[in-house]
This record gives sequence, C-alpha cells and structure tokens, in this order.
Amino acid sequence: MKFGVVVFPGSNCDHDAWYAVSKNHGQSAEFLWHDSEDLKGSDAIIIPGGFSYGDYLRCGAIARFSPIMNSVKKFAADGGLVMGFCNGFQILCEAGLLPGALLRNAGLKFICQQVVLEVGTANSPFTNAASVGQHLTVPIAHGEGCYQADERILDQLEAEDRIAFRYVDNPNGSMRNIAGILSEGRNVLGMMPHPERATEPLVGSTDGRLVFDSLISAFATK
Amino acid sequence: MKLTPEEVSAHRLTWSEYEKIVQLLGREPSFTELGIFGVMWSEHCSYKSSKVHLKKLPTKSKLVLVGPGENAGIIDIGNNYAIAFKIESHNHPSFIEPFQGAATGVGGILRDIFTMGARPIAVMDALRFGRLDDPETGARNKQILNGVVSGISHYGNCFGVPTVGGECVFEPCYDGNPLVNVFALGIFKHDEIFFGRATGIGNPVIYVGAKTGKDGIHGASMASEEFSEESKDKRPNVQVGDPFMEKLLLEACLEAMKTGAIVGIQDMGAAGLTCSTCEMGSRAETGIEIDLKYVPQRETGMTPYEIMLSESQERMLLVAEKGREQEVFDVFKKWGLDAAVVGTVMDDGMLRVRNHGEVVAEISNRALADEAPIYDRPHTKPHRTAPMEAPEFASKDLTADLRKVLSSGDVCSKEWIFNQYDWMVRTNTTQGPGADAAIVRIKETNSSVAMSLDGNSRYCYLDPREGAKLIVAECCRNLSVVGAQPIAATNNLNFGNPERPEIMAQLVEAIEGMSDACQFFETPITGGNVSLYNETLGEAIFPTPVMGIVGLMKTDSPTPVKFQSAGRSVILLGGLGESDEVRLGGTQYAKVVIESLWGLPPALDMAHEKTVQVAVREIVNAGLAESAHDLSDGGFAVALAESSFGGIGAKVTLETTLRPELALFHEGPSRILLSTSDPAAVQAIAAKHGIAAPVIGETVSGQYAVNDWIDCSIESLHGPWKTALEEALR
Repeated sequence: MKFGVVVFPGSNCDHDAWYAVSKNHGQSAEFLWHDSEDLKGSDAIIIPGGFSYGDYLRCGAIARFSPIMNSVKKFAADGGLVMGFCNGFQILCEAGLLPGALLRNAGLKFICQQVVLEVGTANSPFTNAASVGQHLTVPIAHGEGCYQADERILDQLEAEDRIAFRYVDNPNGSMRNIAGILSEGRNVLGMMPHPERATEPLVGSTDGRLVFDSLISAFATK
Repeated sequence: MKLTPEEVSAHRLTWSEYEKIVQLLGREPSFTELGIFGVMWSEHCSYKSSKVHLKKLPTKSKLVLVGPGENAGIIDIGNNYAIAFKIESHNHPSFIEPFQGAATGVGGILRDIFTMGARPIAVMDALRFGRLDDPETGARNKQILNGVVSGISHYGNCFGVPTVGGECVFEPCYDGNPLVNVFALGIFKHDEIFFGRATGIGNPVIYVGAKTGKDGIHGASMASEEFSEESKDKRPNVQVGDPFMEKLLLEACLEAMKTGAIVGIQDMGAAGLTCSTCEMGSRAETGIEIDLKYVPQRETGMTPYEIMLSESQERMLLVAEKGREQEVFDVFKKWGLDAAVVGTVMDDGMLRVRNHGEVVAEISNRALADEAPIYDRPHTKPHRTAPMEAPEFASKDLTADLRKVLSSGDVCSKEWIFNQYDWMVRTNTTQGPGADAAIVRIKETNSSVAMSLDGNSRYCYLDPREGAKLIVAECCRNLSVVGAQPIAATNNLNFGNPERPEIMAQLVEAIEGMSDACQFFETPITGGNVSLYNETLGEAIFPTPVMGIVGLMKTDSPTPVKFQSAGRSVILLGGLGESDEVRLGGTQYAKVVIESLWGLPPALDMAHEKTVQVAVREIVNAGLAESAHDLSDGGFAVALAESSFGGIGAKVTLETTLRPELALFHEGPSRILLSTSDPAAVQAIAAKHGIAAPVIGETVSGQYAVNDWIDCSIESLHGPWKTALEEALR
C-alpha cells in the first residue's frame, strides 16, 4: 500500500508520519509537496501535524488553498482514504472535508502528554481492527484542539456513528469529548491525537498502530 | 567628523578602548564604525573579561571534531554520524520582554546548530526566576515565568524540535534578573559539516531569510550592562521571533547545503550582519565587501548604522561558489524565502561596507573579531555574606519537612511547564522531561544521545570552585544512571559584574573548578556562552554556571526513575555518605525548612564519584536495575519519594549515626537509589569496584517508610509535589 504524506511549509510531523508507515508498518510512503497537484498514485493520504503556514490567520486556514488540497478533495470525493492528524485535522475542517472547527484549548495552553482515547466506532477503515469502547493511549500535542460544532452537527455525527475517538479525560474542552471524527462517506478521518507517535514501544506506546493496521487491512480487502 | 566622549560611552566602550580603535584604524572611526566596534567589542561578543580564564577549560578528546570558536561544538558519535550542540543565554531580553526574549533565545541557538549543517533534534532549558510568593515582586515574577515558558513553547513547538528536558529554580536573587539558558543539539553525517568561513576570493556573499528591520539594535551591548530603572525602556532592543520563518530557513539551508554550492555559512545572531560578516572573514583570513543597498529591508529609510546593527531574527549569511548562485536561489525560492547577493569575498582582510557605492565602514575583520581588548580583571575573594556556622535547628515533624521540600519550587513537579512543550515531535524521545537525563534515539544508528542540564547557584555561592565541580559530577551522574557514557560538555556562565573583583573571583573559581572536573570526568567543553552583568540595581545574582553534558548509549528502553513492582530489593549504591551541619547549608532542606543559607556545599570526592558512575553504568547496562535514580536536590528523602511516585513505594531502614535531618536531606553526591530483583548481582558489581551497596529495604505498594522517622502514604506526598507549581502560579 502506498501512502502519500503532504508537506506544507511549516509541517513538522511529516517525517514522523512517513517513518510510522514506512519503517514501522513496512508500507511504501512518499512526500507530496504542497505546491503540486500530483498525488503520485497514493492509496491513502496523510495530512500531517505541524504549523502549516505558521498557523497564520487560523490553524489550517491558508493550507486549504494549496494546490495539493484540490487533488486531495477530488481524491476524497471519489472515496479515497484521507487522514489528518493534529494540524491535519484542522486543515481538513478548514477545507470542508470534515465538519466543525478546532479552537484554542479550554486551558489556553499548549498541551503535550499521553491521553487515553475511547474508540467510538469500529465501522470505518481507520478503526476496523478495534472494538467499540476499547481504550488507546496516544499522545496529544496542540494548542488549538478544542472541537466545536453546532448541536445539529454533533447530533448528526453521533446519529451516523461518525465519532471515531473520544477523550476519556477531556484535556482541551472539546464538545462531547470528541477527539476524532469521520466524514459522511467514512473515508476521511480527522483526529487531534497523534497515532503516528505511538507506533513503537521505544517512544512510549504502540496503540497508534491500530489506526494504520486497520487501514492496511481495509485496503487489502477492498 | 569628531566623535564625542558621550557617543563613545553610549556604545559601552571605554576611552582607552576608543584609543585602541583609533590606533587600529589609523584614524578616527565614523559613527557607523563606532557602532560596529561597540557591538563586536561588547562583553557579549568578545568575551573580553572571561577569555583569559576560558582558556583553562579542557576542549579536546578523541571524539571532539570541532571545539570552541565555531557556532557549535561537534562530537563524533560513530557510524559516520556526529552531533553539534551548544547552550546560550537570553537573560537580559527575557527580563525586558519575557515571551519574545525566550522565544528568540530558542531561535538563536537553533540557528547556531543548523548553520553547521546539523538538523536540531533536541532542546533543553535551564530557567531561573525570582520568588513567586513575594508580595512585592511575585506578580512580576509569575508574569515573567509565564511569558518565558510560553515563548519557548511557541518557538520550539512550531519549529518542530522537541524540548526534552531542563530545570527550573527559584531564588530571590533572580527577582530582577531571570535567567533563560537554552541548549540545543543537532545531528548530521561527518561530510555534512559546514563552517562559518568566507573562503574563495571572488565568491558571492549571499543574504538569506527574513528581511532586516530596526529590531534588536544594540541587543549585544544591552546584554553587556547591568539593569537599572531605565531598562524597561529598552524593549525595542528585544528582537521579535518568527518560528515559522525559522522552520523554512532550516529546511532551505539544509537543502541548499546538499547542492554543494555553499562554501561557508553563518547565522546572524548577536550583532547581526556585522558579526556574521567580520567573523566569516576573520576565520578564513579574507575580506568581505558588501553594499547595503542589496540587503532586503523591512522598512524604508534605514541608516547603514541601523542595518549593520539590527538583530532581526531568522537571517543567515552564506558564501557560495562563484557561478553557482542560481542553485542556491532556486532552493530558497522553493521555500518562499528572500535570497540576495550582497557582496563579495575579497583578498584584503577588510570588512568594507558600502551604501549605494559609498564606503561607510572599512575595518579589518581581525580587528573586529579577534583583536578586541582582553582583560585580566582583578579578582579577590569570591563575594559571600553567608555565615559558616549552622543555625540551631531541630525538626519537629520529618514528614511535614519532607512534604515542604517536595512542594517547594525547585523540587516540585515541573509538569505544568514541560507539558506546554512538544517533547515528542520527531518521535525520537525515549526519555522525556522529568527524569534524571533526557534521551533521544538516533534513527540512523543504533545509538541514543542522553543529555543533562544542571546548575546549583546555592552551592556556587558558598564555594564557586567546589560548586562548579559538583555540577559537572551531577550531570555525569545523571547520564550514568541511564547507562550513558558522558562524552562532552557545554557551559553557560551566568554571573554579575566582572568589574567587581569579588564577582570576578566567583567567575574565575567556577571556571577553574569546572575545568578540573571536566578533565577528570573526560568531558571536554566544546563551546558555550558567558553572560555577565546579571545585576539589577547593584545586586548581583548568585554565581550560576550551568552545565549541559551529553552522553552516548545503545538504543534501548530506558531504565525508569520509578519503582516498577513491589517486593524488589532497594539498594543505595554508594551508601548513605557522610555530612555534617556545615555541609547542610546549601541544601534544599536549609533553603525550604530552615530558610537559611550557610556553610559549605556538599563534599565531593571525584575519584569516588567516578567509580560509582562506572558501577551504575555497568549495573544498568547489564539490565540488573528495574529502576535507578540519582540523589540530588533534597537528598535521600526526595529521591525515594520521586522513585515512589508511580504508586510503588518502599520500606527502608537507614543504619546511620547521622541525625535524621542530615540522613534524610543531606545532598552528598555519588549516591544512586536502585531497585532490583537480583541484589546479589548488583552487590557483586559494586564490590568489584569497591563501593558500598547496602540493601536498605524493599519496595511495597503505596507506602513510604524510613526508620521510625517517616511512615506515610505515597499519595500524601505525591499530591503536594504534583500540584505545587500550578498552585503557586494562581
């Protein structure tokens, strides 16, 4: 399976995502430069964390206008697998691929720590290897991770079983403890925690592997 | 044009220094030239008060590829890889504008690392603040702490380098003079090393990165004077940082270096364009001619003086091979950055600055970079007013004492600070903040780099020479506890006004002590920083040398600080050690419980210390320790508590004739607390090295008990320790 990792000016978890899928999961992975529209034949796209465009204006607000995002949108519309972690989640929301927005953490401080996530649904290509209610330890590292949407959208996300992950102990004030959500077509995942930072025992957790393992098996059985 | 004595002294130059300038030039300097001399001959850039003593430091070993004098020291770590690392202070700016001061401190040291071609992979910070609970200065001190931590967080997180550790200490002497020392470390291959040298006559000199503005003018000379009531008016002297720009600059520089078209590169830090031009020329024994009209500028109407002295951030100067400029431009264009040829390498050894063709400064590069006056300033006995004799004291409640020490600013958990730093980005951090040493694995090899940052100004105030040795020993012990072999060091010397003989004496003795210890522990100093004039309204800070020492180890899951399971033997490697009332005077117990400072720092036997370190490395690397933690601030009682904070505590018996306050809280070095399932094997290794390793008790769930002195639940200690800082900041 081939992963494409998008690189915006200011992306800084691009290499971590590349390392997680290529070295720790043995898949092929390639960087996709923001200024190009070429997805290089990727089977899945990762929008990595970082501070694209320095978080100027709003997190993710400028990245959505990058040429590469036109291709990502088309790719997603055709059912392609897209996931955004941290700043990637913010970009997907700004680009309209996912509903809602990520605001400043409730405590107004950047938070970097391990958190416990509860799997909200196993019905997605990103969580099919998990069981609902399963706990995963995955780190967060963000200043703007407080998920907000209007009640109608929140109700709809719940009704359509589109909440991929919830915080067990909400660190940032996210509504309904939401840590990650799915698109209507269930082929786009956005989450504030960093599964790519939890793919080998040396760095503290392997629970993030579940996201990639799910995806790799979903792709294999497609 | 004749310069007035007022203009000369406004540039922090003495009249005799001015006369030396006239002699070197063979004429009176222009105003622009005076500004250039002012910054290059400032204490900050020239090290004029410390240079004669810095020469005493050991700087060589088989692993040292590049020692002091370049932007950062470089150490061979095997497999064709090397690390570059250095520590630098941003004390004065952080007092005037805490957020930007600290942020640009991070930015500055990161550029020092990547200008050598290395990719930064770790940052640590040594912070010193005034009291948070002082009625008069507390509010301001809290504001400074908040600003500094946010500034570091903002810059490091956005840039994408993990802040993996550090330390934070509070003393009244930092009330008007906080310290922000930032350490950074980067990695590269041996053939990827670049130097700040302007070689190749006729080669183009290229300016890259952010545009030049009026910020930070005189930053270096500001950092070379004491603080007064007027200092707050110097806010415009503090630079403003943009970590996004720095991230682009990093990627663009590393990519441009790969083209092979770059022959030399240096960041523009203190003294900006002035420093980078004359230092690059001086190192290569060449001249540099630039025309300021080509310098990208943020605003119109800047004078040559302002352009040359601006300390705008995120700028680099590089020299490219003639004819290959376009390759460099292409890379910078890809990253959306300015790049412009501003001058040429010449054969005459001069820095010649033109403004639209007209020469506005013409000075020999050597005069600026190497011929600043060097002073062997008078030094007498180190300043101290603390008594030698201990006051009368007797503990009423040892458990309450322990809780008090655990919830004091220096000892309490710093989670509130380090959780604001992204300490995991780049997925190499195998041991993050809060442990004895931070560890970052090197993906490309099978080895990891361990690093420790430490200072203890109370020890150094009581005895700068012994205090400095204790700091080196502690750093090396921190590394040894995780099984790493200490290999090299960097130092940040924070002191008061060197023109006062009793302050100069502190500096001299600390350097000499550090030199002895670094030789003994075989950790040459490959670079560092000196920050003098840390005084406010005539009051100097305690002498505060900070050491950053790095070690090498095999990549593996690190030995944790905390006890892992109940029923394990607890061993105090090195034994409980000796102390007395006089040696208790610099400890946390004296500071927090007795609220006083007296006597001497703990006694250090370097040979014994080294043996303990050899032994613990052997024990840890043989996989015999389930947990390991060195004894430092707060002594045995605090180390045992910190090892218990995972929920598994211990019941121990200390067989000693020392009174309980001393036994529990003395801070004698050369001691390590271990838990093991194989005490016989641990003791066999200790015996082989001839050091004590008594089994003092056993790990138990939830309990903390020492003799009949203390018996309490872990939770009753953990709570106060964990929340103290956050509560103090409310």
